[in-house]
Amino acid sequence: MEYAVQLRHITKTFGAQVIANNDVSMDIRKGEILAVLGENGSGKTTLMNMIAGIYFPDSGEIIVDGQQVEIASPKDAFALGIGMVHQHFKLVDVFTALENIALGLDSDQKFDLKQVRAKAEKICQRYGFELDLDQKVYEMSVSQKQTLEIVKVLYRDVNILILDEPTAVLTPQETEKLFDVIRNMKKDDKSVVIITHKLHEVLEISDRVAILRKGEYIDTVETKDATESSLTEMMVGKKVELDIRRSERKDLVKRLEVRHLTVKNIEGRAVLDDASFDLYGGEILGVAGISGNGQKELLEAIAGLQKTEENSSVKFYEKGKEETAVELIGRTTKQIRDIGVHMAFVPEDRLGMGLVGSMGMTGNMMLKTFHNGRGINLDFKNPRQKAETVKEELEVLTPSLNTPVSRLSGGNVQKVLVGREISEEPTVLMMAYAVRGLDINTSYTIYNLLDDEKKKGVAVLYVGEDLDVLIDMCDRILVLCDGKVNGIVEARDTTKEEVGLLMTNLREDGERDE
Amino acid sequence: MSKTQAKEPFMRIAKRDQASFGKKFTVRAVAIVLALVVDAIFIFSVTGLNPLKVYGVMFQGSFGNSVRFSWMLRDLVTLLCISVALAPAFKMRFWNIGAEGQVLIGGLATALVMVEFGNSLPTPLLFLVMVVSSIVAGGIWGFLPAFFKANWNTNETLFTLMMNYVATSLVASATDIMRGTASSLGKLNMSTQAGWMPMFLGQRYNVNILVVLILTILMYLYLKFSKQGYELSVVGESENTARYAGINVKRVTIRTMIISGAICGLAGFLIVSGKDQTIATTSAGGQGFTAIIVAWLAKFNTFYMALISFLLVFLSRGAAEIASTYDLNDFSSSIIEGIILFFILGSEFFINYRVIFRGSESKEVAQ
Amino acid sequence: MSSVLVAWILRAIPFGTIIMFGALGEILTEKSGNLNLGVPGIMYLGGFGGFASAYLYEKSTENPNAAVCVLLALFFAILASVIGGLIYSFLTVTLRANQNVTGLALTTFGMGVANFFGVYLLNGASYTAAPVTYATFSKKIPHLSSMGWAGKVFFGYGILVYVAIAAAIILHYVMYHTRVGLNLRAVGENPATADAAGINVNKYKYLATCIGAGISGIGGLYYVLDYNQGIWATTDQIEALGWLALALVIFTTWKPLNAIWGAYLFGMLYWLYQFMPGLMGINVPGYITDLIQMVPYVVTMIVLIVVSFRKKKENQPPASLGLSYFREER
Repeated sequence: MEYAVQLRHITKTFGAQVIANNDVSMDIRKGEILAVLGENGSGKTTLMNMIAGIYFPDSGEIIVDGQQVEIASPKDAFALGIGMVHQHFKLVDVFTALENIALGLDSDQKFDLKQVRAKAEKICQRYGFELDLDQKVYEMSVSQKQTLEIVKVLYRDVNILILDEPTAVLTPQETEKLFDVIRNMKKDDKSVVIITHKLHEVLEISDRVAILRKGEYIDTVETKDATESSLTEMMVGKKVELDIRRSERKDLVKRLEVRHLTVKNIEGRAVLDDASFDLYGGEILGVAGISGNGQKELLEAIAGLQKTEENSSVKFYEKGKEETAVELIGRTTKQIRDIGVHMAFVPEDRLGMGLVGSMGMTGNMMLKTFHNGRGINLDFKNPRQKAETVKEELEVLTPSLNTPVSRLSGGNVQKVLVGREISEEPTVLMMAYAVRGLDINTSYTIYNLLDDEKKKGVAVLYVGEDLDVLIDMCDRILVLCDGKVNGIVEARDTTKEEVGLLMTNLREDGERDE
Repeated sequence: MSKTQAKEPFMRIAKRDQASFGKKFTVRAVAIVLALVVDAIFIFSVTGLNPLKVYGVMFQGSFGNSVRFSWMLRDLVTLLCISVALAPAFKMRFWNIGAEGQVLIGGLATALVMVEFGNSLPTPLLFLVMVVSSIVAGGIWGFLPAFFKANWNTNETLFTLMMNYVATSLVASATDIMRGTASSLGKLNMSTQAGWMPMFLGQRYNVNILVVLILTILMYLYLKFSKQGYELSVVGESENTARYAGINVKRVTIRTMIISGAICGLAGFLIVSGKDQTIATTSAGGQGFTAIIVAWLAKFNTFYMALISFLLVFLSRGAAEIASTYDLNDFSSSIIEGIILFFILGSEFFINYRVIFRGSESKEVAQ
Repeated sequence: MSSVLVAWILRAIPFGTIIMFGALGEILTEKSGNLNLGVPGIMYLGGFGGFASAYLYEKSTENPNAAVCVLLALFFAILASVIGGLIYSFLTVTLRANQNVTGLALTTFGMGVANFFGVYLLNGASYTAAPVTYATFSKKIPHLSSMGWAGKVFFGYGILVYVAIAAAIILHYVMYHTRVGLNLRAVGENPATADAAGINVNKYKYLATCIGAGISGIGGLYYVLDYNQGIWATTDQIEALGWLALALVIFTTWKPLNAIWGAYLFGMLYWLYQFMPGLMGINVPGYITDLIQMVPYVVTMIVLIVVSFRKKKENQPPASLGLSYFREER
């Protein structure tokens, strides 16, 4: 068997506490499609970054084509025929596609953009990419950017292509197209590594699967011998009950009435387009959709954080009765709170929006309530008590209540955020991608918490990306497509296929005045 | 499997977790000692004098006698006052490079009031008008960049920098008018001493010392315990978080910069009324820039600011002392100060990162 | 053409040349993501290095050779300012110190070094001069420069005025038409991307900053050895010019070709007060003169506001300006 890359005893740490990879040894064969599977935080991206020259291992050896090598920079990696497409695109916004491709090319050739263009066009033709080489990156959509990234790497004649979570931002059709490209590359005898945590993709595309867990290498198995449950077991380390607790709905009361909610971005395009639905206390309404189809805007608009267009309306029902309904649109998030509406919101960007990274738990507990009370000075007593309660009840691991939360692990950060939001005894609870980056155990803690809140009569709006979870946990699922509400389905009666279709194909119906 | 040992890079860098207090202290102390050694080499190679003796003379500059000591304090509080003014802006991650101009414009407002109303207003009222106008003038200088930053995200570093020269031009123009046909402006209201800070314990500038002392404590409390202080640190950390928390980012940005500018303006008042009794384009004397360094190094803690201000003032007074004793020139202080700053700035690296050399397998990682 | 206008232009262009050098160097530096507020200090270093070497050489020989004067002055001016740039790069790139603060410290340091050692050259006098070097640097093109107003306006300057224009054009070419320029701009926009593309980010930052410092330093040299007629005196003037150069960088929206006309425009504005009486028949008192001096800064502020208002991507400062880069940042 010929190996493209062999890793021997690779260890990598960040600071003294985070061990990203511990003594990992594994192989990438020539001409295979290898899936690197692991939970969030299992160290799969870090490991691949070391092959791509972004990180340097603390110890261990990397062997490429039988030669021990030292990959100290991405340049070294390219020289060895290794290229990586990162999850967060590495593109220069103000450059054109062509300029991005030409970036950092070897300096022993003449600098000739025409030549670069010719070769890039050839690559596009060969693999069937559609790419306008003169378009500026800041004008591109996410999938266009990804195409550009792949072309950029292919341009460098790599033999080993690493793709980090490539399908996260793609529609199913785009994913199929990408998989075709990957299969073509395999035919060219190139090795392709895809980093992912999506099991069905692993089974569909890969030849072998390497599994990592908590920074440790577990095993590599042939895909044809693997099943979803066998892979999960290796990934998590124990048999996992994949059932999510879902209580029955009861005592439903109308809480929010959302009508014609529209949000435009800076360029004037409607990113959330005429959304209308009702949300009841005692249910979980899931929001499905490909990332970037208006989910963020939907939650932020309800929370009073977005500028909305005319005719937008969000009515809050105090006791489920029409007479007492108050309009939330036009009020700031603080004004909404001041009129007594308890709305909890766990945003997608935890440290960049929900928390203050440099402050401890106490400082973060008062984020929404520090205005309260008279006088110009802060009240530290109540927040400290609240911090202690949250720490105890959710088992937050932190050295002290004053340790900056940015230094906690992802799971603990989320516990602090969720803990604060729930402690306010909300009537409406909104969460976006609440389990992203968390291990399976913490994820289930969060799922159970949501179910508890629902039983208490809280109206829950949950934006998720994993359709299986949405279908198992929610009562109803609202599907967003291109900023529009493309349908609301009963979670207990629907299928993944139905939701998937609604996510990608905008329904044509007479109700829309377009 | 190949057995040859791969060569790892000669040196690489890794981020360090929070360093302990002892570690931070040691790193900084070492930096200052190294800087003093380099300065000693500089002094010796230029003058041929024994550096230790020179440092001894330097010490005299601040502690030689009670007059020098009080001058040192006078200069110290001027620098400290401006640094304190910058603290809230920096904590909000607003790069206010315009302290120099804010001080000047505050000083100019003070001087204009002294000249215009020196003879017509009763003393308490005169002082009130002087203080208020200096604060308002500085506040306006703080407001303008904040307004554009808040609304259009105009780069504040460059904007505040430009504002300095607008203030300088205004001062130049006003002094030109005020001096009339005289060759220089001289002290204002020389005959009546109207608007001169009253004597306190034998010196006018002792009032400055008192005022700045109070300001330093107040600012410390403001940043640490007040709701507004909390707001501005949230804005500094992340504007998105601030929006999420229901903080009006625009208002906080503008309010904080008005406060920052106003205190700078007040520093201008203290300089004109309590120290110089006149105004010139050099009244701020570069302290507005030095204060930026002080505020940054002190990491927004006003008491550290006092410490660092002391170090810098000690140096510059010491250098002046060396200059007069050994017939050198004052500019030596800029060099000595520059070298020390370089070392302190560079030393921060060793607090935030650790360097791993080839071969020295890092055992501390495993802990 | 009005003789007043000609005289005005003859004043404005040399003035503009000083800050054009300063700004060109800083544009190069900022394009790599380094905001170097040490430009005034670097111009001091350049001015002093150039003057000191020329002065000492002229003093040491009976008949100073003009070519040697020029080469020595240029060499030491560039050397001194590159050392300034090196200090800045080492602190901000290798040690990741804060750029604003480091720049300001460099300004203090550069001014200190130039004036401290300058006092030794002065040796008690209020000024001193390097006449041969001045004569060489300010030598105008014979014949052409005496052909009426056009000859004066276009050819009535020392060699460095044309060097500055050439530098702007070369810089433009390098930045927008070469691989190095593409890589450099990428480093300033998004160092992580540049790094992933295999570009040595630190090398680019070092080189851009040091070469930039060298170019800025020539501005200091031009000020002392041509504009100021080869005379060295303890002065604050260079500092003010350095800040004006920083203003010019913004005014050009980081494009070298704009620096040519921008610098001359700044020069015209700067000298406006002297020529107002002749041009418009307005007699200007001293205090108005002082006010007019602020015009270049005000214009720059307006440019800053307009640029941020229009949000055109291509006119914004380099996206990573002022930030240090660490590959393993998480």
